[in-house]
Amino acid sequence: MEEDINEAHEAGEEMVSSSEAKKRRAIVPGEIIVTGEDFLPGDGARREGDNVVASRFGLAEEAGRIIKVIAVTGSFIPRRNNVILGRVIDVTFNGWLIDIDYASSAFLPLMESPRFVNKSEMDQFLGIGDIVAAKIWSVKSKGIDLTLKGKGLGRMEGGMVFHISPNRVPRVIGREGSMINLIKDKTGCDITVGQNGWIWVRGENVDSEIKARQAVELVADKVHTEGLTEQVEEWFAKE
Amino acid sequence: MLKNKMALKRIDGRKANELRKITAKVGIIPNADGSAMFSFGNTVAIAAVYGPRMLHPQHMQNPATGILRCNYDLLSFSVHDRKKPGPSRRSQEISKVTEWALLPVLDLKEFPNTVVDVQIYILQADASTRTAGINAASMALAHAGIPMKNLVCSVSIGKLDKDLVIDVNKAEEDFKDGEGATDMAIAKIANSNKFTLMQLDGKVQPEVIPEMLKMANKACEEIYETQEKALKAVLE
Repeated sequence: MEEDINEAHEAGEEMVSSSEAKKRRAIVPGEIIVTGEDFLPGDGARREGDNVVASRFGLAEEAGRIIKVIAVTGSFIPRRNNVILGRVIDVTFNGWLIDIDYASSAFLPLMESPRFVNKSEMDQFLGIGDIVAAKIWSVKSKGIDLTLKGKGLGRMEGGMVFHISPNRVPRVIGREGSMINLIKDKTGCDITVGQNGWIWVRGENVDSEIKARQAVELVADKVHTEGLTEQVEEWFAKE
Repeated sequence: MLKNKMALKRIDGRKANELRKITAKVGIIPNADGSAMFSFGNTVAIAAVYGPRMLHPQHMQNPATGILRCNYDLLSFSVHDRKKPGPSRRSQEISKVTEWALLPVLDLKEFPNTVVDVQIYILQADASTRTAGINAASMALAHAGIPMKNLVCSVSIGKLDKDLVIDVNKAEEDFKDGEGATDMAIAKIANSNKFTLMQLDGKVQPEVIPEMLKMANKACEEIYETQEKALKAVLE
């Protein structure tokens, strides 16, 4: 389960380090970010004559010559290599259809299961309604393909699943997984965080699971506050 | 602003080019992907955006681009005589023109076969509800992270006899003396000269229309500022 945390955190780091080095500012669609020929529009930005203009709402960031706008609100946008949690909604002859909280459902081919699965016994490996942690293998206009090849991926057994806003995921994970590891340590639960905002927790008893959930929701609630780790530690001491 | 002094005073004592107090707030509905509230004085509109999400019925799906679906409605307690709940001829028309007013700024090509749903509800109605709805929806769409070229600003211009006034309230909208009750809902793409909605109710001389647009331009600058501030407030 460690690896998926680290991978999820790749996207997380850029959110958390917002107060450092690179300057960021809030931007609305259509707003001019910079003027001049020296800059290149990246994600969420476009060139309009002499200006680089924002195409979406978020935080504008200058990384060298490239100007991009980081999404901070809105629904989940799948990217390659994201670890996500989803629910099996159909078992087809060559794979599984997974609901991942996106406009189109995702497909998990039989070939992408970590071990050999007999076609006649597919629903014993993953049945309808099962929660699965998977990695996004490709994002195309036709749909999303998933894979289970990777550490910590597969069916989630027991425990409970709840949802937070996908934009809050990086903060919940924290820098190098610091926040999620703190919650794991304090509650003794296994936790998997999907980039789509689905979170799975399993502990020795329901009480510890509920505590982990409360802690995660506390973090998700206060994304913009500084010194959140201390606050969470304090909260655990109080409970 | 106006060449000659107004013959009539406005009922609430505003100047001809003075908007009612405008307030805006973003992120008011936690369950939605994006949401916003916008009000002109006593007119209060809320908008919630869901999506891009799967579109059913399937025959409406467009493989070239995502589509926009707006729904505007007055809540039953928003007006003096209780409004019968449910869609009406009026609300269907306004939903459609709202859609047309917003679509030119959206870029949904990244999300083929999907829909972006915009729900607009009027909590309190004191005329200019569709313009308040468009302003709220524009902010909510931005908040939902939908790719947009720009924000949309919208305002209504009325006519009291021969005098143009901005942002009419109910009493001004119904002012029948002189040349008759006239008002025009205008929506435009912010910081540009592109208009996405001009809906005239009543009669107006063609040579007055450029003046109406000029007034709208000025008011929209103020509205844009409010929208921008409200959006940025979400990120602290």
